[in-house]
Amino acid sequence: MTLGSVRHHVRIHRPAADVWVLAGDPTRLHEWFPGIVSCQVDGTTRVITLGSGMPMPEEITIHDNTLRRFQYRIAAPIFQYHRGTIDVLDMGDDTCVVVYTTDADPRTMALTIGGGTLGALHELKRQMETPAPDVAGAEDGAL
Amino acid sequence: MGRKILFVTTDQQRYDAIGANGGTVGRTPVIDALAAQGRRYERAHPQSVVCMPSRSTIITGQHPSTHGVWMNGVPLAADAPSVVETLHDAGYRTALIGKPHFEPFLDPFLKFPENQFSTRGLTGLHRGFEHFEAATHGGQGMLHYARWLAANHPEAVRMFYPVLDGALEVNAMGGGETDAPQVWVNDIPREWYHTDWVADRTISWLDSLDAADDWFCWMSFPDPHHPWDPPKSELGRIDWRDVPLPEGYIADAAEREAVLDDKPRHWRAWYDGRLVSNYEAPLNWVPAAMTADQVREVNQRNAIECELIDEALGRVMKAIAAKGWADDVDVVFTTDHGEFQGDFGLLFKGPYHVDSLMRLPLVWRPAPSSGAVPATVTRPVGLVDLAPTFCAIAGVAPNDWMEGKALPVDDADADARGFERVLTEWDSELFGVDVHLRSIFRDGMLLTAYRKGYSHDGTEGELYVMADDPHQRVNRWDDPAYAAVKADLLDDLWSNQPEQVMPLQPVIAPV
Repeated sequence: MTLGSVRHHVRIHRPAADVWVLAGDPTRLHEWFPGIVSCQVDGTTRVITLGSGMPMPEEITIHDNTLRRFQYRIAAPIFQYHRGTIDVLDMGDDTCVVVYTTDADPRTMALTIGGGTLGALHELKRQMETPAPDVAGAEDGAL
Repeated sequence: MGRKILFVTTDQQRYDAIGANGGTVGRTPVIDALAAQGRRYERAHPQSVVCMPSRSTIITGQHPSTHGVWMNGVPLAADAPSVVETLHDAGYRTALIGKPHFEPFLDPFLKFPENQFSTRGLTGLHRGFEHFEAATHGGQGMLHYARWLAANHPEAVRMFYPVLDGALEVNAMGGGETDAPQVWVNDIPREWYHTDWVADRTISWLDSLDAADDWFCWMSFPDPHHPWDPPKSELGRIDWRDVPLPEGYIADAAEREAVLDDKPRHWRAWYDGRLVSNYEAPLNWVPAAMTADQVREVNQRNAIECELIDEALGRVMKAIAAKGWADDVDVVFTTDHGEFQGDFGLLFKGPYHVDSLMRLPLVWRPAPSSGAVPATVTRPVGLVDLAPTFCAIAGVAPNDWMEGKALPVDDADADARGFERVLTEWDSELFGVDVHLRSIFRDGMLLTAYRKGYSHDGTEGELYVMADDPHQRVNRWDDPAYAAVKADLLDDLWSNQPEQVMPLQPVIAPV
């Protein structure tokens, strides 16, 4: 067994509840995880499709809206073990820290998947901290 | 019309792998002839002994601490400086054909252009290369060579040795007649092998140019990096039983282990199979179990791969001559880092700053029209000096961000322009195991200082006097007779050390 653990985090200047609306929705992972092009959820089963075209079946194991914790397990044969964890931690000042942890055997997959999670966190931060479009301006052709 | 530049790199090739440097196992007449016509460097060092940081140094002209690719798995920033962009901006046609590895190969999310291009049917523009066709060590993956092989010769895709095992670790599986790691009998026809593909694609790109074009072509062979699986048809070139053991191989196990025990402790720990501190060596291989015959067979395969590269280069040189460019092309030949090939009872590479990994072949054959005089340069130079050298050949000013200097044309030029020292660095962190080395070569001495890490408390080091100890067997770090030399070299090392850009960029893949 070669178990590896990779953890990344990002501070987001938005309330935890707001961030959780996106980060905690298992059907919307592809909206903020670069390299994942689609998600299909059926009960506790989720199938994501990677940018390379590879489908990846997952089992959702924890989806706790109170704790703001989402955990899942990739069920692809290459993994002897996998657990992905997304935690959104309220910092008490209308900001939050999002922690994305990847535990995997083989350990190399923790690094490989973990590299993707880092990009996802950066994209999540970008989306959450980007001001909403000025709808009135858009109607005026200002965008 | 200016001088054209053919930049040829191999991957993981030792100084003594070419005949011009004293190699006797593989025949390299093309490279040897270029060396005889041009400048042969006897003390060229990489600034890192693994692929991604070293290749990033070549393209940026910066040390790893500056360009930020501090270990394999850290991508070179998309906006990192590139000498190729400088040349392209100056009007040069530019291409990279072969192994790039500025970005991680293990990329399931397809985040990086190197891996995206062939999927999208693209061949550039990337980092200044208007033409970009990529290959690596096998027939599988997302690069252009793998897709070409799958499309045209699908039966050959799985003929290569699986360089990674089922857990995506570097494979320890043995093969050949001696069960040596990463040795394999590859049924692929020679003309489908990546070495010939790189030459074919290079010739094709050159043929697409106008005779008046100035061009820079980086022809980047994936060999002789492991796996050692040249086409089966070529194995008869050299009988592994006739291959001499390298001078750095210590036949007596007790003597070998005493030499390892005289070095910082991660050396012996790796040899015994107690610690594999880096991803570049198989996790499940114990060097202490390697036999002399396994070393011979590895080096047979390695030498055959070097011969194939030499012959491929010969084909490209003929194509250049056929285009009428023979007098106007500078050829620079080198590699990104070395390979143990049995020295100290080890294979592969890692945080070990000795000649096996640091002393590189480097040949610069200036365009014959330049009237350059052949020379042997003994002063220390680095791959960091290549980018300004390309600028000098092209007649453009080097960029401010380049940290090296155009290669000296001879020792007198080297002395006049201050080629006194060359620096190499290593940083790695892999699942809680971190290693940090800083090395300097100066005045025929090689010193490596260790920073605090998993196996080291920050007081360890290595000091070798190359004239007396060409194979770095006697560590003078704690020898009182060398205390003053050590202090002087340490002062020089730290006072010339590039400031490391912080924070370190994250590792996002094993390789």
